[in-house]
Amino acid sequence: MRPLRAFRRPLSVAAVAYLGIVLVAVIFAPLLAPYDATDGDLDHVLSGPSALHPLGTDNLGRDVLSRLMYGGRVSLSGVAEAVLTVLVLGVLSGLLAGFLGGWVDRVIMWLVDVVLAVPVIVTLLVVLAVVGSNETAAMIALGVLGSPLLTRVVRGSTLAVRQELFITAARVSGLPNRSIALQHILPRIAGPIIVQASIFAGAALLTETSLGYLGLGTQPPTPTWGGMVADASTVIDQQPWLLVPAGVVIGLSILSFGLIGDALRDAGARQAPPRRRKVVAVASSEAKPEPGALLSVHDLTVTLPRSEVDTVVVEGLDLRIEPGEVVGLVGESGCGKSITGRALLGLLPEGGQVTRGAIHFEGRNLAGRRRSELRGLRGSGIALISQEPLSCLDPVCTVGRQVDELVRRHEGGNRKQVRARTIELLGDVNLPDPERTVRRYPHELSGGMAQRVLIAMALAGRPKLLIADEPTTALDVTVQAEILELLRKLRAETGMAVLLISHDWGVVADLCQRAYVMYAGHVVESASVDELFDGPLHPYTAGLLGCAPRRARPGRRLPAIPGTVPDPRTWPAGCHFAPRCPMATEACAAAAIPLFEPATGHETRCIHHTQVKGGENAAVA
Amino acid sequence: MSRLVLRRLAISVSLVFAVSLLTFLLQSLTPGDTARTILGTNYTPEGYAQLRQQLHLDQPVLTRYWDWLSHAIRGDLGTSPISGLGVGTEIANRLGVTLALVLGTTVVATLIGVALGVLSAVRGGVLGRAVDVLSMVGFALPSFWLALVLVLLFAVTLRVFPATGYVPFLHSPAGWAQSLVLPIAALAVHGIAHLAKQTRDGMLDVLSRDFVHTLRANGASESSIIFRHALRNAAIPVVTVVGLMLVSLLGGTVLVEAVFAMAGLGGLAVQSTTQHDLPMIQGVALTFTLIVVVVNFAVDLAYGWLNPKVRAR
Repeated sequence: MRPLRAFRRPLSVAAVAYLGIVLVAVIFAPLLAPYDATDGDLDHVLSGPSALHPLGTDNLGRDVLSRLMYGGRVSLSGVAEAVLTVLVLGVLSGLLAGFLGGWVDRVIMWLVDVVLAVPVIVTLLVVLAVVGSNETAAMIALGVLGSPLLTRVVRGSTLAVRQELFITAARVSGLPNRSIALQHILPRIAGPIIVQASIFAGAALLTETSLGYLGLGTQPPTPTWGGMVADASTVIDQQPWLLVPAGVVIGLSILSFGLIGDALRDAGARQAPPRRRKVVAVASSEAKPEPGALLSVHDLTVTLPRSEVDTVVVEGLDLRIEPGEVVGLVGESGCGKSITGRALLGLLPEGGQVTRGAIHFEGRNLAGRRRSELRGLRGSGIALISQEPLSCLDPVCTVGRQVDELVRRHEGGNRKQVRARTIELLGDVNLPDPERTVRRYPHELSGGMAQRVLIAMALAGRPKLLIADEPTTALDVTVQAEILELLRKLRAETGMAVLLISHDWGVVADLCQRAYVMYAGHVVESASVDELFDGPLHPYTAGLLGCAPRRARPGRRLPAIPGTVPDPRTWPAGCHFAPRCPMATEACAAAAIPLFEPATGHETRCIHHTQVKGGENAAVA
Repeated sequence: MSRLVLRRLAISVSLVFAVSLLTFLLQSLTPGDTARTILGTNYTPEGYAQLRQQLHLDQPVLTRYWDWLSHAIRGDLGTSPISGLGVGTEIANRLGVTLALVLGTTVVATLIGVALGVLSAVRGGVLGRAVDVLSMVGFALPSFWLALVLVLLFAVTLRVFPATGYVPFLHSPAGWAQSLVLPIAALAVHGIAHLAKQTRDGMLDVLSRDFVHTLRANGASESSIIFRHALRNAAIPVVTVVGLMLVSLLGGTVLVEAVFAMAGLGGLAVQSTTQHDLPMIQGVALTFTLIVVVVNFAVDLAYGWLNPKVRAR
């Protein structure tokens, strides 16, 4: 947590300033207040704001401003008592529960559950009924009732910190538990404690003024903020103004506590990316669709907001898929493969846009259209399966309902017909016992079963192109082979084309006829899979191939390309791969490299392509 | 699910015992007692001793607790030594007002809060910021103050709703509804603020998850994604907030009943607090605790209904 960052926002600065002013006014009330809180000026009863009484007077002619200043002493010291109680109880019990664990933890958490279920105001009333109008007792009781929330926070943070290495080290070196807790853990969890205390302070002030309003706390003639609202309510039809000062002071104080708590919490959390909803910029559509192609992408350029700056993440991408063809898109993580897939579906992440190029699908240009315009195409024209199958299913919906929904959307029919088609689809993807699977929830499925369900969902609209984004990455090796086999079978049965996004050469070799190799937003090479394997014409391809574990030789270190894929904001001007390339020369960095086509159907973005030697030595260390 | 229900049941029972026992123990700790409150300042030691015996105040506290508990389990909550009324009857007479307020507010706040939350999550922009502002202001406004402002505007100035009082439903359904508008409005603002924020945050979180992307990519309609999938997933934390709101509304009714002079349980609690009428406040505390227990139970059942993982346990 960086507390200073919390106070860059003007609202939180205002909150701190406001509370500071209130505190000073309240603490120094005897010095600053223009009148005594209980002195009535019977010549000016119920006057509105005037030069004499800046905030007016009440029904006994007492100065409202002075009463607010004195009344704050009661209200704010009540809040202090409650917050102090919460801090002592909550921190102690939370540390004990989190640090010791075992039965101590269980007893404390049981108590937490019980106390959290107690109705607060009523319990305070019981306390007040028993002890009389003793405000301190009530506020301490409020602190007791409020402490479980802090207990939970402290326990959670303690558990997290306890796992860290330096605590283990301190234990091993024989430091007593008490010093570990006080010296090492407490400072680390101070942030969440302060946040919780600030939020609770607002709630405590609300409760304190409520009790004051009911006349149950500190008794007249001592002013309290809640009591002033009660006084105002008796003359509501004669001088409604009286509601304003006390109400505003109470409201602003609670608001300020809340704002400070929020600001501190947000400063501790990672900042959420800014949400923007921009209409995708209209891209140039001069390019004509390539005749015969199912999908032809020309000069596709995509930007995403990174640190609030639009950054190019895919640049000048050309891609072509024939009907029924299986095409691979290969590269390391962060090369723009998945973003390309999302761009084809018109589902770029928030703020992302296609700034240039054309995406022709069955002769129609999809680039630059709004999300909603492509809705009719998704599922029935282009469908998607992706990695992490379990997180791609709605956890609270049965498998059957999720597939049903897409079947109904694409084919319609009554409930029985829809369900029959769903069961047929689940059978098509080789799920055992589809009739039982429809009633299952995602958490009851294995990763492989979930991926089959997702494939069934993708097939519901009988798509002509299936984008498979790392479909086997998250699965066990044996399951991977089954899913690949299934994709091959489905492709043969349905004749749909597949764009297989993968970093795994084995998967690509297994399934694809042609492949595009992507590096840092560019297609660097494309050819038939056989040609890529036998004679790569780009050092990156050669390097990647050398890295594939399946090509490793026993007894030799598994090679790797030195370095990592650069961040899109730091792409070099010339060849994006040059900084990692063993063959790089000055010419590589000088200017953007065009695509060469040394052999028909084999393209490369390398000026040294004639020197690239195949296989496992080129770019590999 | 059954394990969850059992755990909740155990907590509920211990809660009821804890609250009632605590009330008794607190009583025994304090100087002065109900007998003295009844007798006032002029009394003879004999009369005092006799009254104490009559009220069983001379018994040890645990004996009295057992006595109260064994009666309470049979539905006999005793008699108020101040008013002479049966605690159970008095509570039953006033329960309707409080329930009307609490349940009415819950329904109103849930409908408006969830609707605002969904709308602002989906539309974003100005509406999203408006919900942020509303939730901050809604948190900060004390319900009793808001109630007074509403009275000033709609009862004193515009005269469209009654300023005080409660009309039983059976007397006049229209009058009943009218008498509830302002109190429910005052109580609901806080809940609306809380729920709108929770719903908005929850919806935004769910809408950014992988499964929403998958559904979208494969052609699911936007309305189905929002209502059938996102809202249902976001509803799980929302239910928690509704439960918490219901419990805190019990406290809120104490204040709002005072503003609108409605004879509900809250008013009874305040009245018996000021009069040190311990059997009465004991009964009210028990009733409130029981309501809390029922609410928590309903929340747990709702969890199970919404979340298949909980159901499986």
